[in-house]
Amino acid sequence: MSIATDTAARGAPWWLKRHETLLAIILILALIGLGAFNNRFLTVDNLLNQGRLMTEIGLIALPMTFIIITGGIDLSVGATVGLSAVMLGYSWKTFGFPMPLAIVFALFIGGLAGFVNGFVITRIKVPPLIMTIATLALYRGLAEGVSQAHSVRGYPEWFYVLGQGDIFGVPTQLLILIVLIVIAGVALDRTTFGRALYAIGSNETAARFSALNVDRTKLIIYTLSGLASGLAAVVLVSRVTTTRMDMGMGYELDVIAAVVLGGTSIFGGSGTIWGTVIGLVMIQLLKNGLALTGVKGDATIVVIGVALILSVLIASSLQRRRE
Amino acid sequence: MSAIPITSAAGPRGGVLRRFASQEALLAVAVIGLAVIVGFVNPRFLAYRNLADILLGNAYIAIAAIGMSMVIVSGNIDISVGALIGVLATVSGSLAVAGAPTAVTWLAPLVLGVAVMAAQGVVVAYLRIPAIVVTLGMLSILKGGLISVTGGKWITDLPQSFHLADLNVLGVPMPVVIMVAATVLAALRMRYSPSGRAVYATGGNAEAARLCGVNPQRTVVMVFAIHGLFAGLATLVYATQLRVIQSTTPSGLELTIITASVVGGVSILGGVGTVVGSTLAAILIAEITSALVFINVSPYWTDALRGGLILVTVIADILRRQRRAARGWKK
Repeated sequence: MSIATDTAARGAPWWLKRHETLLAIILILALIGLGAFNNRFLTVDNLLNQGRLMTEIGLIALPMTFIIITGGIDLSVGATVGLSAVMLGYSWKTFGFPMPLAIVFALFIGGLAGFVNGFVITRIKVPPLIMTIATLALYRGLAEGVSQAHSVRGYPEWFYVLGQGDIFGVPTQLLILIVLIVIAGVALDRTTFGRALYAIGSNETAARFSALNVDRTKLIIYTLSGLASGLAAVVLVSRVTTTRMDMGMGYELDVIAAVVLGGTSIFGGSGTIWGTVIGLVMIQLLKNGLALTGVKGDATIVVIGVALILSVLIASSLQRRRE
Repeated sequence: MSAIPITSAAGPRGGVLRRFASQEALLAVAVIGLAVIVGFVNPRFLAYRNLADILLGNAYIAIAAIGMSMVIVSGNIDISVGALIGVLATVSGSLAVAGAPTAVTWLAPLVLGVAVMAAQGVVVAYLRIPAIVVTLGMLSILKGGLISVTGGKWITDLPQSFHLADLNVLGVPMPVVIMVAATVLAALRMRYSPSGRAVYATGGNAEAARLCGVNPQRTVVMVFAIHGLFAGLATLVYATQLRVIQSTTPSGLELTIITASVVGGVSILGGVGTVVGSTLAAILIAEITSALVFINVSPYWTDALRGGLILVTVIADILRRQRRAARGWKK
């Protein structure tokens, strides 16, 4: 049964593949268009820099793809970034943790935040939307309470390599993102874990009756989401050199928009990592392109909001026509 | 508070309503109990001035929570309401400064609120896009749009006649009058009118509601439209209290409003809950926030407390439902 639903979800490619191909074509056209419009756009420096800037959203978008494929959602990611970032600074400055330990601690806090989401969602059966709205409030509140609005700066010099350095001319964090993209893509496409995600998203009851460990799988993906948010926090702090309690605010919009724009169905059951990567790049190019044409950051989130609603509208109307 | 007897009367669904009557009683006890305890630690908390400030400064949250409760009862959610209130306040204030008649400045947020929310309701109900996606998108459109249009400029020099909230009826300040009237009307409507019952039916089981002759889609659009009306009303109370309107969206406002609804006893799974509870919960949250200051706890812990409160209530609600379901199973 799970195999049948699997192939149904995977067999969708006639529009799913088209969605990604279409996106890729739009992406290339946008690249050419923006390049023709502004000669500062299509430079290696600018493109690598955009890769640096999109890494934090990209890291979180990978597990978010898993979660949305299962029909869930995680709205607490931005707040988790804030909490992890604050804990990084707080443990280093106030507890006097050495920097490597502070980094591990920040990752642990992120993972713990995700684990709490997953635990309550699977054990107490609180719907993911509600659980993560509640922890969005809680984690941001904890970040505010712990930091008392103090920012932390003056980290050791080597720490900035992560967010500002290059390896072979490529931004450090972009390399990390690329490695994780490959791992996530293979995990989703080639492992039983990945297949289970589609099965859960297509028909959770059927997945349970097929002896899939649904709860454990969900617990893992929500924990991964928290862990990725923690990693994004470390990268972000290293990039901007300061820790502030409002870090990551509004990230959930960018992350969910990237995943949904990439063709993952908000209703669960279908989606790919490759789609998410294209969605991610498109959103970053949109931001960059708008910025280069002199549009302010605040207007950019309007465009992302419109893109989010439109992409879900188009995807669901396409799907309905298919049915 | 005069509204409590209305909900504690036995309603169409005795068992469930008895539970929520007790949730409301519990909230009322918490509101009074907290005041007594904090008053004991710091008597200045009980000063008339402070209690009045709590009530007047947060009436708009209680009003917005009424609409939010209806949306949640119908099985949906709205996270755009905070941004919407920011936009409506700016529109209303700008009209007032531009010299529009007072009636227009007061009506504009109501009309606009209904229009924006009804539009979202249509997308949710007829195009079947999850409310979280629609309202997350709308949140960013309103938030980003407001800042890029106004540039974050403050609105000052509001005409004297604009300040509706400064008026009073027989000595009772207008925000409290509006809050109580809105709560009572909404409670009566939700309880006794067919369209109010339709909201519960839709949230409880949309398919069953449809088979009973309820149009779930029309109900959802109606609920969002009413939610927009209350958001407009909340804006009116909020904006006309201010001497300066900041033309930005109050950050985290939607979370405070959702918390008030959920802590007030609205089941986040839809289908049950009353608006009296949410008004009491809004007062309780405001009281807690103020109490922190009086017992010398940093205000930066307020949001964490609010988050903890919503989390505990949600988990308690779901555990209670499961226990009831298990009991029903044994019978």
